[in-house]
Amino acid sequence: MKENYRKERIARSIKARSDDIYALTSYREMWYLLFPRVIPIIGIALVAYFLPLYWKKVIITTCIFAMLAVSWDFLSNCGLLSLGQALFFGIGSYAAGSLDHYLHLPVYVTIPVATIMGGFISTIILLPVVRLRGIYFAMVTLILPLMLMRLIEATKILGGTEGITGLSPFPNVWVEITLILAAMWASLFGLRRFIASDYGLIFVSMRDNDRATMASGINIYAFKAQSLFIGSSICAFCGAFMTHSYQFTGMPVFAMEFSILPIAAASIGGIGTLAGPLVGAMILVPLSEILREFGTLRIVFYGLILVVCVVALPEGIFHYASRKYNEMERWVKIE
Amino acid sequence: MIVYSMLIYGLINSAILALMALGFNLAFGISGVANFAYGAIYIVGGFITWTLISTLNIPYAISAISAIIIMGVFGALIYKFIIKRIRGLVMSEVIATFGISIVLLELLRYVGLIGFKYSLPVFIEGSVEILGAFVDIQRLLIIGLMVLIIIALYLFTHYTKTGLAFRGIAQEEHTSLSLGINPDRIASLSMGIGSALGTFAAIVILPLGTITVDSGYDVLISALSVCIVGGLGSTFGVIIASFIIGYAQTITAMYLAPHWTMLVSLLAILIILAVKPSGLLGHQKELEERV
Repeated sequence: MKENYRKERIARSIKARSDDIYALTSYREMWYLLFPRVIPIIGIALVAYFLPLYWKKVIITTCIFAMLAVSWDFLSNCGLLSLGQALFFGIGSYAAGSLDHYLHLPVYVTIPVATIMGGFISTIILLPVVRLRGIYFAMVTLILPLMLMRLIEATKILGGTEGITGLSPFPNVWVEITLILAAMWASLFGLRRFIASDYGLIFVSMRDNDRATMASGINIYAFKAQSLFIGSSICAFCGAFMTHSYQFTGMPVFAMEFSILPIAAASIGGIGTLAGPLVGAMILVPLSEILREFGTLRIVFYGLILVVCVVALPEGIFHYASRKYNEMERWVKIE
Repeated sequence: MIVYSMLIYGLINSAILALMALGFNLAFGISGVANFAYGAIYIVGGFITWTLISTLNIPYAISAISAIIIMGVFGALIYKFIIKRIRGLVMSEVIATFGISIVLLELLRYVGLIGFKYSLPVFIEGSVEILGAFVDIQRLLIIGLMVLIIIALYLFTHYTKTGLAFRGIAQEEHTSLSLGINPDRIASLSMGIGSALGTFAAIVILPLGTITVDSGYDVLISALSVCIVGGLGSTFGVIIASFIIGYAQTITAMYLAPHWTMLVSLLAILIILAVKPSGLLGHQKELEERV
């Protein structure tokens, strides 16, 4: 008789105690928990601080896209499928640009103000459509950034097609890198902690079953507005940061790239984990920097990645890696 | 005088919007898959026609028909190889079709689809004077063809077996499965017909201007806004919505300024979502009469 085997998966013991409370009994266990969190932080910081200036800029761009991807994943975790991260990004960018250009505020004022303001404006713009689900919401978010771009082009407000140039830069590149790294890790770990909390559970439940959430007496529109505010504030921060980093804001901030790359990063990294999109962005952005000579063909490449990942590899890197790390696998004979 | 030309151009604008939206609406109403690659299919269809005419010197009618067939098959293949595997997962469907749209459009941009030479010939040259306004014959043809397409769609979905099967799977997929209708075959057929309709719209409408990559996104936006306002999946809703948005755009362009027209559809979406989220004639809960 032919022998049949099946794969058995056992969670490593430390995981079994509880999902969020760990009773650590040895350095080994502590290291087991710290390893996947500390190593990337130190690794990326080392790379960021010691590479030449060109690659420092690449790291900064990578972090910006990573934050956009994390924010996209947070929104999709709350059941809001956004095809227009560029909207939030662009609003933050224009907010910072105009604060600097028209009011001459310093950098350390414009960025926080633009973050809050961008989140606010984006939430108010999307408030009428927050009742929509799935495809319908995706449609509206796809339309909005393109419309805003046309509006600025046609009415010539806020610099029109030329944009606003000559904005004040950061004091130096070290401040820039430290700020973006801190913001990136803060948003990632903050959102992961937030989603795991009791309050965050409501946000996830809206995606899984919004009718049941409503039936529990929860006003899901209020919660969706909150999640929009959180997600769009993060993007607005990225926009404000990028504006000061490049000392420019203009119509390109509503470009398709800012909407499509975060989604591609999330589908490579694994949707629904928050850390996965970050991993995806860390792979995609440096790769697209290497492919810079291909110009707009890169967007074709992101599109292909989207299709292939969604259809053929829906799991993503992070789900796979965390399964390998957290579970022991072995083959057992079927009796 | 100006009122007459407003009426006529509004009618033409509405017919253009309706033609653009019908293919998208057909695929969504039947297979339940929002085809975000629709704008790309529209442009690629126009581009294939242009290639056949200008580089291979094939007569206009033959190249138009072959472009429609090619894109129809292409739409069915998209369903068969991509959407079928992720059917029912809304997020994956949207991301995958949007990905296809980006691949097609940006590839065309990379190849260098820009300039006045990329334009299709009109069917019949010349213009006629109607109530004091000069109108190209091509624009009148658009109105006529829109009416023809709507009648044909109505007859197809109400009096042919395949058309009834379309409405069957739109209304109750499991029951139609038990009656021997293969939902995957019908859905891929609907994607194919939707794409063919999109290409048809492209061939009729594109002679009015040039073929540009960005208009692919515009077509998707127009189709989406008309469908949202009219109620996704409802053909009569789509027609009414395209008249509302079409006239609103024309009036805005004439009395305010042309660059405000793009805000009209957005405003229409916002108002309709605030007042009646399912659209004018949408039946999100009652599934009958989707087509």
